[in-house]
Amino acid sequence: MENVRRYHSVYLDKERCRGCTNCLEHCPTEAIRVRGGRAHILDSLCIDCGECIRICDYHAKVAVTDALADIHRFKYSIALPAPSLYGQFRGLKRPEYVLEALKKIGFYDVFEVSRGADVVTRAIRERLRDDLIPRPVISSACPAVVRLIQVRFPELLDHVIDIRQPMEVAASIARAEFCKKHNCRPDEVGCFFITPCPAKMTVIRAPLGQKKSALDGAVSIMEIYGMLLPHVEKMQADPDFEPSTSYGVAWASSNGEANAVCPESSLSVDGISDVIRVLEEVENYKLNDLEYLEGNACVGGCVGGALTFENNYVAKATLRKLVAGMPKVHPDQAVPISMLTKYQMRNDVPFEPNQAMQLDDNLVAAMQKMNRMKEILETLPGYDCGSCGSPTCKTFAEDIVRGYATEMDCIHLMKNKLKAMAEEMVNLAQMTRK
Amino acid sequence: MEALIHEVYPVASADYTSAGHASADIKKKLKMLGVGGDVLRRVAVASYEVELNLVIHSQGGHLDLNVFPDRVELVSEDVGPGIPDLSLAMREGWSTANEEARSLGFGAGMGLPNMKRNADEFDIQSEVGKGTVIRMGFRLA
Repeated sequence: MENVRRYHSVYLDKERCRGCTNCLEHCPTEAIRVRGGRAHILDSLCIDCGECIRICDYHAKVAVTDALADIHRFKYSIALPAPSLYGQFRGLKRPEYVLEALKKIGFYDVFEVSRGADVVTRAIRERLRDDLIPRPVISSACPAVVRLIQVRFPELLDHVIDIRQPMEVAASIARAEFCKKHNCRPDEVGCFFITPCPAKMTVIRAPLGQKKSALDGAVSIMEIYGMLLPHVEKMQADPDFEPSTSYGVAWASSNGEANAVCPESSLSVDGISDVIRVLEEVENYKLNDLEYLEGNACVGGCVGGALTFENNYVAKATLRKLVAGMPKVHPDQAVPISMLTKYQMRNDVPFEPNQAMQLDDNLVAAMQKMNRMKEILETLPGYDCGSCGSPTCKTFAEDIVRGYATEMDCIHLMKNKLKAMAEEMVNLAQMTRK
Repeated sequence: MEALIHEVYPVASADYTSAGHASADIKKKLKMLGVGGDVLRRVAVASYEVELNLVIHSQGGHLDLNVFPDRVELVSEDVGPGIPDLSLAMREGWSTANEEARSLGFGAGMGLPNMKRNADEFDIQSEVGKGTVIRMGFRLA
């Protein structure tokens, strides 16, 4: 667990942290430790899923996103709303109400990420013709899931589809179309993703599968929801607006992607602990009769993102209603095949394994450390109380072996030691009295 | 040579709630040791199959993980009932799983053949009324 500095959107607000153990227990990759009375996030293990943001009662875990004011760094700014944004507005009849509202709060133009999802749907369907990709092919849309695979299931990386994410493809198209229409330079245009989660923010700064993100930043749904609401309520329908397909919009909820890409043989799983359970099955070759696997770190899919406002079940219902009212045209019909060559669809960097779980580069040294862990574990009480600052007694033993903790960080071992010392002092006192 | 890592996992008969825990832990340990790729997945499949066999067919037993600098070894040992006809048991699709196991999706008769296919070395000894011992070896590259 060498603590390589990696960029993360999720970080700790030191002032607010009380050093409690709530986040310790809920981190799916055991990436948090409490040391010196406050939490620390281990960069090498954090996948930016946002579970700690959700669980912290003191709001000490925060996500760095761009402020709305940042969009003015560019001459022109384009908002690229995640379709999960539509789910935030109860009773929303048409997507363009939200798009027009985005212009009202300062964006020069808008481009639906669901249009990117349409293009990506078609690109993935074409890519699935390749039998050499091991089955099930795993979606790369949720960056937290891809990072989870890098840390905990590195041997499944060749299952992960090498097609760029919808927001990336959307940004490439949006920028190109905008520059053509307004006859301007690409660097005069800022593309900002309207994000439901910190993981998407992280991949914009520290890209996965590509050298550089097509996006310039991300503004969180939470930040602009309040500003958008009054505008969304007042909007009128625009008869000229050409929306994405309903399939692209449905990507915001779990199963939306699987249903668009491969309805006949797919599985969709949401919530990080269930994603882990399903990946265990893939690892054991129990799911290779399946063509496609969609995994979402958040319960309900992107509508459940840690930076959304609306309850994820309500948002899902809102989206379902919106989708039901849209024409049923599949991306195979809506997206011309020429789009797949006109814009870059494939990743240009492979997904690399993350070795953070490994105890040592040398097998024999790793085995020695594992045995030492076992010996230490036998001396620990097994309460998994978190008082030492590690999430469980097992991780505490691991932390000692890795040099991140010492045995006396365990208050139970400490108590026993004090008791033994006290007894010795009594003995000494009695001996010297004579 | 003595194994540097020796781990014993007791497995109870018909305990479907804990089924898979031993093989999941074996997988995690190997990842911590830096064993990955093809070997990891073959051990994963074989350990899962052998663990499930203990749950479904045996009267209880244990699964051992032994790791040497150049190989991984899995040893499963149970207290019965033993397999009357080994060549039949090794046949793909042959299963004696009961209704409970089948209702949970097991009993396709692929357990033993799958183990044999995934291990570099495979040995099975069985005696009716006594029990079964399965030894599997996996070479580390």
